[in-house]
Amino acid sequence: MHSAPLIALVGNPNAGKSALFNALTGARQKVGNYPGVTVERHTGRLSLADGRPAELIDLPGTYSLDPSSPDERVTRDVVLGKLAGERRPDALLVVVDAGNLDNHLRFVLQLKALGMPIVVALNMIDLAERDGLTLDPERLSQALGLPVVPTVAVRRRGLDALREALVEALRHVSDTPAEPVLLDIAMLQREARQLAAAATVSETRSRRLAHRLDGVLLHPVWGMAVLLALLFVIFQSVFAWSAVPVGWIEDGMAALSSAVSATLPEGFVRSLIVDGIIAGVGAVIVFLPPILILFGFILLLEASGYMVRAAFLMDRLMASVGLSGRAFIPLLSSFACAVPGIMATRTIDDEKDRLTTILIAPLMTCSARLPVYTIIIGAFIPDRAVLPGVGLQGIVLFGLYIAGIAGAFVAALALRRSVTKGASSGFMLEMPRYQMPNLRDFALGLWSRAVAFLKRAGTIILLTTVILWALLSFPKAPPGVPQTEYSVAGRIASGLEVIVRPIGFNHDIALALIPAMAAREVAVAAIGTVYAVDDAEGDKGQATIREQLQKRWSLATALAFLAWFVFAPQCISTIAVTRRETNGWKWPLFMVGYLFAVAYVAAGITYWIAVAAGLG
Amino acid sequence: MLSPTLSLVQLSRDARAVVQAVDWQSLSLPEARRLRELGLDEGVAVEMVHRSTLGGGPIACRIGRMTIAIRRHVARAIHVAPAT
Repeated sequence: MHSAPLIALVGNPNAGKSALFNALTGARQKVGNYPGVTVERHTGRLSLADGRPAELIDLPGTYSLDPSSPDERVTRDVVLGKLAGERRPDALLVVVDAGNLDNHLRFVLQLKALGMPIVVALNMIDLAERDGLTLDPERLSQALGLPVVPTVAVRRRGLDALREALVEALRHVSDTPAEPVLLDIAMLQREARQLAAAATVSETRSRRLAHRLDGVLLHPVWGMAVLLALLFVIFQSVFAWSAVPVGWIEDGMAALSSAVSATLPEGFVRSLIVDGIIAGVGAVIVFLPPILILFGFILLLEASGYMVRAAFLMDRLMASVGLSGRAFIPLLSSFACAVPGIMATRTIDDEKDRLTTILIAPLMTCSARLPVYTIIIGAFIPDRAVLPGVGLQGIVLFGLYIAGIAGAFVAALALRRSVTKGASSGFMLEMPRYQMPNLRDFALGLWSRAVAFLKRAGTIILLTTVILWALLSFPKAPPGVPQTEYSVAGRIASGLEVIVRPIGFNHDIALALIPAMAAREVAVAAIGTVYAVDDAEGDKGQATIREQLQKRWSLATALAFLAWFVFAPQCISTIAVTRRETNGWKWPLFMVGYLFAVAYVAAGITYWIAVAAGLG
Repeated sequence: MLSPTLSLVQLSRDARAVVQAVDWQSLSLPEARRLRELGLDEGVAVEMVHRSTLGGGPIACRIGRMTIAIRRHVARAIHVAPAT
């Protein structure tokens, strides 16, 4: 017997489960993975009313114990105590949306049949009331034969009562394992409707505001215009709002670097710290602000309920390339990072649909490409306004995003006719209510993204930049020979250069492509390190890299480099997560192969067109 | 008062109706199951929220207090009697 009881949080999708989880556990949570499967495991500490701690586990939302996706299978297996490595929960905390009892009570009834201690959180009771629905939790509790606690997770209401009800429920823990009882879904549904009717005191027709909003946002013309405008604003903001904090970070790095230079004597250690670590990691950390802005927008779109509307709008377009609107959410997440994007494909139940989505996810412009794009655009595209408030640099960036999307669509079409041939799985889902995003959940989500990014900068990026610095610094070049060409890395790059020369890449790019295999943003760090090593006299920092680029690269080369990064699968994490999600090496290898081929061709075409246009 | 049945896809915006029959045979197994899980079944009241007049895209309708999105071929399998 473990000291802390385990309570599993279960419920339908959109019941507000994660908000309740955040409210109950605060920052005391851990995100991990279930052994053997790739579903994220969220656990946290919760204090019960009697002061005892309990462990709370947030399970993926599901409509029933009859799973149709890997996510839902985890929920069933954990609840039944059948997942290896996970102990059986002592009690269940079932979250239901007060405004949608008809549907959510059906799952409660199915769980009740398991005979485990259950507490029902009647969540979002405020929204239900605002929507003209008055409920009597007491009556519902009697009719259900289970304790029912009204809660508003986002406002942290009802939490103490919940903690008390859990203490009471934990008194009735049984040791007999739960067995699923086969129940007819139609019968359960009828029973759920009767229960919901019994608990309803009064009901008026639901408010028309959301309805009118849907009329605009789901409209094939107006809705699409709103979606495109929204995306455009997001990408402009990523540039505009991040300028100031990026300046602070740059100044901080410059100050740090000169402080170190002033303290340490000239030599190996100083070169390692200033040219290797500060130049490399610093070049990546400056991209924290734009990445967080992008993640922030995605979090807001999800929390407000708009994301599913966007999926609805996109379904028709997605269907035309053999995918469903469901693929839109993983693909939009991939704009932040392909890793959570690929993991989010688990909600797609059709295997071939899912595989296609995984294979095209890396084409969405992830945040790791932003550092690369920003620096090249900053160096080569003039900073002038085309229209008031619309800069040329922003337009080029937008164009790169569009290029990735167009590439993904063509790829999906080709894949669906060849390697992932099969019938489309369709599009059927619940549209959550519009909701004001909660600041606390937003902050928590953003914080965990920032930590994840800094961890990457602190580990994989630090390691690769230090290795690259070492490869670049030795052996020491004789006077008159550029260090970057004489060094070990330079010699490797010279071999690679033969292959990439036809697409307009120079020696420095060949050099940067090697460590960028680990992660795309390392390319920037690598270029930073290359020029810092080569130019030991000059002062370091972003401005120097920009000037160096302008001096050493032609515009045609810069454009080819951008085209390369639209497609190239340069990210170890994406390859690893694809291997995990597809259970083998076949699909990640296929993905890497086809993307490199496309990247090579795209960069080549871009380069030669640019040269022909006189930009070489 | 019930009028003769239509398919759900023929229902105009804001119109309300009651599901008379669902042609489960014409749906794939996962589709049929998901539809039941979303609470759509014979005897349920539905309301059209959005149907693009240009055709093609999915439709959005309300079941109880929940809005769901389904594709047109699924909506065609759902026969409803408009409420007047």
